[in-house]
Amino acid sequence: MPLFRPGDDPGASFPELLKRVGLPSAMDLPAATTMSLPHATTCIALRWADGVLMAGDRRATAGHFISHRSMEKVVQADDFSGVAIAGTAGPAMEMIKIFQLQLEYYEKVEGQLLSLEGKANQLSALVRSNLPAAMQGMIVVPIFAGYDTEQRRGRLWDYDATGGRYEELDFVSTGSGGMLAGTVLRVGWRSDLDRDAAIRLAAAALWEAADADSATGGPDALRGIYPIVATITADGWNRIGDDVLASTYQSITEEVRAR
Amino acid sequence: MSMPFYMSPEQVMKDRADYARKGIARGRALVAAQVAEGILIVADNPSSTLRKVSEIYDRIAFAGVGKYNEFDQLRVAGVRAAELKGYQYSREDVDARGLANQYAQILGDVFSTSGPKPLEVELLIAEVGSTLPDDRLFHVLYDGTLLDERNWCVLGGDAEAIAQRMAESFVAESAMDACLKVAVAALAGGDRKLSATELEVATLDRSGRRRCFRRLDHATVTRMLG
Repeated sequence: MPLFRPGDDPGASFPELLKRVGLPSAMDLPAATTMSLPHATTCIALRWADGVLMAGDRRATAGHFISHRSMEKVVQADDFSGVAIAGTAGPAMEMIKIFQLQLEYYEKVEGQLLSLEGKANQLSALVRSNLPAAMQGMIVVPIFAGYDTEQRRGRLWDYDATGGRYEELDFVSTGSGGMLAGTVLRVGWRSDLDRDAAIRLAAAALWEAADADSATGGPDALRGIYPIVATITADGWNRIGDDVLASTYQSITEEVRAR
Repeated sequence: MSMPFYMSPEQVMKDRADYARKGIARGRALVAAQVAEGILIVADNPSSTLRKVSEIYDRIAFAGVGKYNEFDQLRVAGVRAAELKGYQYSREDVDARGLANQYAQILGDVFSTSGPKPLEVELLIAEVGSTLPDDRLFHVLYDGTLLDERNWCVLGGDAEAIAQRMAESFVAESAMDACLKVAVAALAGGDRKLSATELEVATLDRSGRRRCFRRLDHATVTRMLG
């Protein structure tokens, strides 16, 4: 059982604890530049009337090949927040895992929840710790979004590879198709979007990203794989069912066909 | 030439045990019990910030009596041990038995060899199962003795008298509110009345949720005590 003297105590930081007990995480690995590692791509988040919505496609690519068709890049971080990741899949997934553990670990050690701002800041530190690997090409760029129970509104942040943290007001996108998805959001976003309109806008943004970016996956009706879309409101995290997404994409398909 | 001062090992151990027992008996008690909905832990604790009962892992709770700084340090060590094991292996591989063993080793070691004084604490490591027989209540004593309890257990304070009252009125597999009344009556004893503000109540719910630990606020406890 890990017991520390007061001066050596790693406190409520889980990554620091891993270091003290000598457990290297996948994020500490030295990077090799030439390997073709799986990459995860487009993720978006946007604010709507009751909170925030996060969405991400399911494709991971290695070079020109599709390495996974059903990756989950948008995950719940805790009851009122979620994280979405674009970048090299291995370190990205490890980062999500450590981030989830860190939030719960902090809550248990300190006996209270971190503020939403505090959580966003924690993620910043994790991204920064990945900087040596990012310099060699293994970039991980997350989006963090959540419902602030103190301020009673949805909030979202994006990051750069150095851990820079930027709070956005309306919407944010990241990954190889982020620019394309971001344009759709820029044109379609309204301050009073309701739940259905927000889902529709996110689905359309990912559709356009997949349409022009080979590394972003579109809806896969053949295998029944749809993007991950989740809302975070005062009621917590709620992942939108595949049946809702299937009908949303059905109507988008019809609309595109009629263009 | 001075004579080395001799004390028999029996005397040393007895003195240490007395010291620890006195320290623990000075504090307030807590009761844990298996109920139909999970595991109920009730502590006689007027503070709403310095906790005696807390969450260790998905299905595991920790409760300590005695010196706060000593058991709180052990609590954090338990959270760390559980999180590290879950991180290295899988969340299902973290169990109360392993943690209780580690606690027993630490307390036993400090009691008999390494510490200048024994730790004045008693711990409870509770794990809720999917059915009542799968629940675990491990009771760790100040000297590292590890007890595998059934139905209910009492830690700290005037444990013997409370245990006797529990034995008289405890009903196996009862509902949570009924058992809470029994536990509070046992903790209070005689004419004393314990109100919700003097109690710290937490449960491990036998629900499908990942994190089973839940604190009950004063309003809920008042309502349950009815």
